[in-house]
Amino acid sequence: MTALRISDLGMTFDGKAGRLVALDGITLDVEPGEFVSLIGPSGCGKSTLLRLIGDLLSPTAGAISVNAKSPRQARLDRDYGMVFQKATLLDWRTVADNIRLPLEVMGFSRTERNRRTKSNLELVQLDEFADLHPWQLSGGMQQRVAIARALAFEPSLLLMDEPFGALDEMTRERMQMELMRIWSRTGITVVFVTHSIPEAVFLSTRVVVMSPRPGRITDIVPIGLGQPREFATRKEERFFELITAVREKLRGIEQSGDQP
Amino acid sequence: MGSSPVAGQDRLARVRQLGWVALVLVGLVGLWEGYKALAAFTSWPLPVRSTSVPHVWDIVAALAEPVQRGRDQSTFAYLIESSLFTFREAAAGFVAGGLIGFGLGVLLALFRPLERGLMPYVIASQTVPLLAIAPMVVVWSSKAQWPTWVAVSVIAAYLTFFPVTINTLRGLQSPEPTALELMRSYASSRWATLWKVQVPSALPYVFTALKVSATASVIGAIVGELPASLNAGLGRALLSFSYFFATGPEKVYGAVVVAGLLGMLFVGAVTLVERLTLSRWHRDTA
Repeated sequence: MTALRISDLGMTFDGKAGRLVALDGITLDVEPGEFVSLIGPSGCGKSTLLRLIGDLLSPTAGAISVNAKSPRQARLDRDYGMVFQKATLLDWRTVADNIRLPLEVMGFSRTERNRRTKSNLELVQLDEFADLHPWQLSGGMQQRVAIARALAFEPSLLLMDEPFGALDEMTRERMQMELMRIWSRTGITVVFVTHSIPEAVFLSTRVVVMSPRPGRITDIVPIGLGQPREFATRKEERFFELITAVREKLRGIEQSGDQP
Repeated sequence: MGSSPVAGQDRLARVRQLGWVALVLVGLVGLWEGYKALAAFTSWPLPVRSTSVPHVWDIVAALAEPVQRGRDQSTFAYLIESSLFTFREAAAGFVAGGLIGFGLGVLLALFRPLERGLMPYVIASQTVPLLAIAPMVVVWSSKAQWPTWVAVSVIAAYLTFFPVTINTLRGLQSPEPTALELMRSYASSRWATLWKVQVPSALPYVFTALKVSATASVIGAIVGELPASLNAGLGRALLSFSYFFATGPEKVYGAVVVAGLLGMLFVGAVTLVERLTLSRWHRDTA
């Protein structure tokens, strides 16, 4: 079963400033266990696409199916784990209680809540920090809590909107390694929005290149790097070639965009 | 929490704060007496008769005197007794107004059309002078054969609810949009989102409002006592002392001081509850 099937999707916003076609003719299939990145210049609608997949928005044309269900049904079935650029942790809850939040909302038993909180704290290697409050953590640690929270109820699809966008380069690379480790351990399907070409190439099985006004998919680049991705992956010649390939596709968009 | 160096720092900070309060008190007494001394020799800035602006020590002395000739009770004891009476009315009004204000805020946050439709009237309710409303409430409550103090508490509640409503509404709308999107992605019920995200986010706002309301409820109770023809309470004491203002203004000033102390005590109590509740809440209130 295809994890995510998007066919001829369109999204138009009617605002005071007039009509904005955010997405047009988006078609994409994602298989279970894939890691797909969406990359493109600002305004290409990649975050909008992520929100449409997660049923935070409703499309104006076309269709999405998640595990052969509508996005709404998938959301009600708790198929989505979401991580945003801001960790969005609740300040008054400890690290452990933040991870517990979705489990409480979803009505897991107390023992199950505790078990899952503990195992996910271990997964993101924050078990020592369970009783701290979010503001006592660094940005990278906060984002790890957000990831643990998203995984705690074992969703089938992880939607990430520039989750490492606010982190410094060093932390960012460490978080990418961390995410690769988690992804290979859980086998979860990931859709990942990013601005960073090396990040997209390092993490993904496929990189979806998008163009703005209206948002369209212009290319899909398969990333034929070995698994698991490791520190050494970044030094491989193939890694640089793929970065160049994605960069060329993005340059193509910019140049055609410059034409009147 | 509660490790000894931190506790020591806390105590030092508290002593320092008390020092500042004492310093300001000395300054205020100085200003009062200085003005009085200046006015005695010049007619600038405003001529005052020594009787209408008594010496600070005369006010203190008046507090120690019997409240009426032939009675054992001192004025101070009488004012404290009156304050406690007023405090009970104000506290009942504060609790009722706080609950109504919070409930109304939640209602307005849950149903946005209601906010647009109802808010103008909520605001209008607060621009009507209290002096016009207080006698009406007293008449209605006596028709309903409620105890008189209930009318006073209703008036106190009337002044209390508004800041709480406004701040509750603002606080419930304060979570980041992504926090609400997260709850949506959990297929959270409206109730769970309200209870687990919005209400905790609103609490610091609510406590700020409660501090404003604490003082407002005291004013409401004092003003409410005037038409209520009660035989007790600070409002009653102020009224009867002010009949003799021309000859004995010290008692009126004494009552004013005690009313101020009551307000400080009330706000202090709310602040204490706030600290206990929000001690691990947000970085700025922790």
